[in-house]
Amino acid sequence: MAVTLMQGNEAVGWGALAAGCRFYAGYPITPSSEIAEMLSRELPKYGGKFIQMEDEIASLAACIGASVGGVKSMTATSGPGFSLMQEHIGYAAMTEVPCVIVSVQRLGPSTGQPTSPSQGDVMQARWGTHGDHPIIVLYPNSVPKAFGLTVTAFNLAEKYRTPVILLMDEVIAHMRERFEMPPFESLTVIDRMGTNVPPEWYKPYGDTIGDVPPMPSFGSGYRYHITGLFHDVMGYPTQRLDEINPLVERMQRKINNHLEDILLFEEEETDDANTVIIAYGVTSRSARHAMRLARNHRHNIGLLTLYTIWPFPEEAVMRIGRSARRVIVPEMNLGQLALEVERAVGKHKVVRVNRADGEMISPQMILQAIEGR
Amino acid sequence: MDKDERSAYSYLRTTKKFPNIWCSGCGIGIVMGALIRAIDRMGLDKNKIALVSGIGCSGRMPVYMDFNTMHTTHGRALAFATGLKLAKPELKVVVIMGDGDALAIGGNHFIHAARRNIDLTAIVINNQIYGMTGGQYSPTTPLEMRATTAPYGHVEPPFPICELAIAAGATYVARSTVYHAVELDKFIEHAIQKVGFSLVEAVSYCHTTFGRLNKIGSAVEMMHQLKEMSISLSAAEKLTPEERSLKIIRGVLHNIDKPDYSSLYDKVIERAKASVTGKEYMRAGPGGLE
Amino acid sequence: MSGKNAFNRIEVRLAGEGGQGMILAGVILAEAAAIYDGKNIVQTQTYGPEARGGSSKAEVIISDGEIDYPEVINADFLVAMSQEACDKYASNLKKDGLLIVDSEKVRRVPLTNAIKLPITRMAVEATGKSITANVVSLGILVGLTNLVSREAIQKAIIARAPKGTEEVNQKALDRGLTAVEGLLSVKDKA
Repeated sequence: MAVTLMQGNEAVGWGALAAGCRFYAGYPITPSSEIAEMLSRELPKYGGKFIQMEDEIASLAACIGASVGGVKSMTATSGPGFSLMQEHIGYAAMTEVPCVIVSVQRLGPSTGQPTSPSQGDVMQARWGTHGDHPIIVLYPNSVPKAFGLTVTAFNLAEKYRTPVILLMDEVIAHMRERFEMPPFESLTVIDRMGTNVPPEWYKPYGDTIGDVPPMPSFGSGYRYHITGLFHDVMGYPTQRLDEINPLVERMQRKINNHLEDILLFEEEETDDANTVIIAYGVTSRSARHAMRLARNHRHNIGLLTLYTIWPFPEEAVMRIGRSARRVIVPEMNLGQLALEVERAVGKHKVVRVNRADGEMISPQMILQAIEGR
Repeated sequence: MDKDERSAYSYLRTTKKFPNIWCSGCGIGIVMGALIRAIDRMGLDKNKIALVSGIGCSGRMPVYMDFNTMHTTHGRALAFATGLKLAKPELKVVVIMGDGDALAIGGNHFIHAARRNIDLTAIVINNQIYGMTGGQYSPTTPLEMRATTAPYGHVEPPFPICELAIAAGATYVARSTVYHAVELDKFIEHAIQKVGFSLVEAVSYCHTTFGRLNKIGSAVEMMHQLKEMSISLSAAEKLTPEERSLKIIRGVLHNIDKPDYSSLYDKVIERAKASVTGKEYMRAGPGGLE
Repeated sequence: MSGKNAFNRIEVRLAGEGGQGMILAGVILAEAAAIYDGKNIVQTQTYGPEARGGSSKAEVIISDGEIDYPEVINADFLVAMSQEACDKYASNLKKDGLLIVDSEKVRRVPLTNAIKLPITRMAVEATGKSITANVVSLGILVGLTNLVSREAIQKAIIARAPKGTEEVNQKALDRGLTAVEGLLSVKDKA
C-alpha cells in the first residue's frame, strides 16, 4: 500500500481487520467513534459484521458472545463507556474468552472533557473490574503503533484466552501521521488453539502445558459450559476450594509465565543515563523531545517507552532503577503508573511530572524536571 | 433412535452434580422439561443449539443441559446471545431469563433485541419476584403484594412482558404457565422455529419467597392458583377489560412475519462488497472531516 | 545546529471558526508534504463540541527527520481566519514567524508585518463559493513560504476535492498563489 496519512483511530480499525477481527459491537462516544464508523464501512466488505448496540455493557457482551462463536471481536469506547464495560471485562477474564477492548481516553472523571486528552484510565484498565484477574493492557504512541499494537492485542488475546485492552490517547486517536500499511499477509496473525480430542474428552478449563486450554467455538461439536461463576475444569460451577484455587492460580500463571512474550517496551540511551524518563503513549513523545533537547545540553538522559503497561514491566524498570540516579515519570494524570515505578525503584528516586487539565505535557515541563527546576 | 436416546435424560448433563439447585416444587424445572420436549420433537442437533442465560434461579438452567451453554451476567443474556447469533447464524440460540433479569437490569436489552428483530428465542420465566436473593420485589410484582423490600405492600405497577415485546417489535409472542406444561412446550417449539425475535413468557411462582411472604402457601397451592387465574385467549375475549386484567391470558398473542436482522445485514454485506475498496474510499472520501 | 533548528521542524497553525474548513486545509497541507513531497508530518486538530461555529484549529508539523512532540510549540506560520483565532494564537508565533489573516474577519492585528488579505472575499470572487477560502489560504501560505512544492499542494487539493469540484478548487488555489506573487518572498524555511 502507498503512503497515506492516517488517523490513529482509523489505524486501529485497519489493525483489527488485519488481525482477523470480523465482529465489532460498540456504542458511539467521543473520541473513539471513528473506529466504529470505519469498521461499519469496512467490516462487511470482509464478510464481517458491525452492530451498534444499545450501550457499552451490551457492546462488550455481544463481542464476548461472538468470540464464543469463534469470531474475533472488538469494541471501542472512552472513559464513561469504559466504566460501563468493567463488568464484562471481568466476565471475559473469568471465562477466558478472547476479545479486544479499545479505550480512547478523555479527560475525566465523569463526562469530563470529551475532546481533551488524558491518561486517567491507567489504573482503571488494571483494576476496574472487581476481583483479582489477569489482564493485558497495551498503549500505542503513534499511528503506526496504533495499527501494530492492535494486531498484537488480538494475537495476545487469542494466544492467552484473555481480554486485551488497547488504551489510547485522544491525541494519538485523532492525529494523522504518515503510514504505509503493510500487506495483511505479511503480518503474524495468531488464532486461538483448537482441539481434536473426542468431544467427550474435552475439558474447556483443563490444565494444559502453557496453562491456556484450547477453545473450540460453539456449534463445532464440542458442547461445553461457560459461566462467570468459579468453575471446575469442565466449566461447571463449583464451591470446592480444591477446584477454585487451581483456577485462580492457572489464570495468573498463564500471563505471569509468559511475560517475555507480553511485555513490550523500548529503551533509548539508557546505558549512560543518570536520569531516565519512563513514559507511555503520547507523553513518551514529549519525553523523547525533551531527551533530545537535554542531550543537546549534555545531560545524560535516557528514555524507557512502555507499550505494555499491564502487566507492569517490573524487571525492566527495576533494572533502570539500579543504574539511574533518578527516574522521571510524566503522565497526563495525577500520578498513576508512577505508583508502580515508585514501587519498583524506590520512591526517593522518582520525580513525577503531572497534569490532568486536558493539555499535553510539554517537553518543556519535562525539561524543567530534568534540570531540577 | 431407541427409547433411551429419546428420553429427557439424554439431554441432561448427567455427569454434572445433580440434584439441581432449585427448591423442590419450583416451576423452573417444568420449563426445562418443556424446552427439552420442544427440542426433542423438532429433532434438532444438540450441537446446533445454544442456551444463554442471565443471573438468578433461571440462570442456572443451561448448566444442566447438554447443549452449547453460557451462563452470562445479570440482565445481559440477550446482548451476549446477539453476538453469538451474528457470529454463528446456524445456531438456534435460546435465551433463558427471569423477570428481574430480563425486565429490570436487562430491560433495555430486552426492548432493543425485540426492536432489532434478531433471530433469538427468549424465554422469560416470570415468578414475579427475585427468588435467589431472597424475595425482593421485581418489575412484575403485582401491586399490593409483599416482598422483602416491600414490607408494607408493593406500590409500583408491573410490566406486562408480552405487550412490551410486541410493542418493541417482536415477531412471535406467547404466554403460558408452568401448570400448562404441554402448552408451554408447544409455544417454545413455535418460538424456536420462528425466524425473528420470539418470546415465550412462562408464568411461574416462587413458593419459597413470594408464597411465604404473601401467605399463599406451598408450591401445590401456588400451582392451583395458576390454574385458577389463567384463561385461554379465546375465553378471555368474552370477558370485560376489568375481568381480563385479573387473569393470566394464555395463548399466542402475536405472530407476524418480517425480515430478521441477519437477513437484512446480509444485504449490507452484499452492498459493501459491491462498493469501492477501502483504499479508494480513503483517497476519495471525506475522511471524517468537518 | 542552533537550538531552534535542532529538530528541523516547521510548525504551522491554521485556525478559524468551525465550518471554515481549516482542519481540512491542515489535512491537505499535511498530505501535500507527506505523500507528494515525502516529508514527515504530524497533523493534529482541536475543535469544540459544535459541528458548526465555535473555534477550530489544525496544526501541521513538517520535518525531514522524526517528529516526537506532535503539537505546535512555537508556530512558524499562523493562518488566522477569525478574530478569535488571531487573538488566541498570534502571541505564540516565533519572533520571525509569519502571520496571515483574512483582513475582513480580523480587524485587530497584533503584528505590524502580518500579511493581510481579504481571503474569503477573494474566494467568492474567484469561485463564487466562500467555502473555498481555505484553499485560497493554502495558496497564499504556499506561495509565500514554499513550505511544500506547488505541485504537491495542487495534487493534494485535487485528490481531496469532491468529484466535479476539481476546477473550482484549482481556481481557488491559483487565486491564492497569484495574490502573493508580487509580495516579498519570505525567507525559505523549508
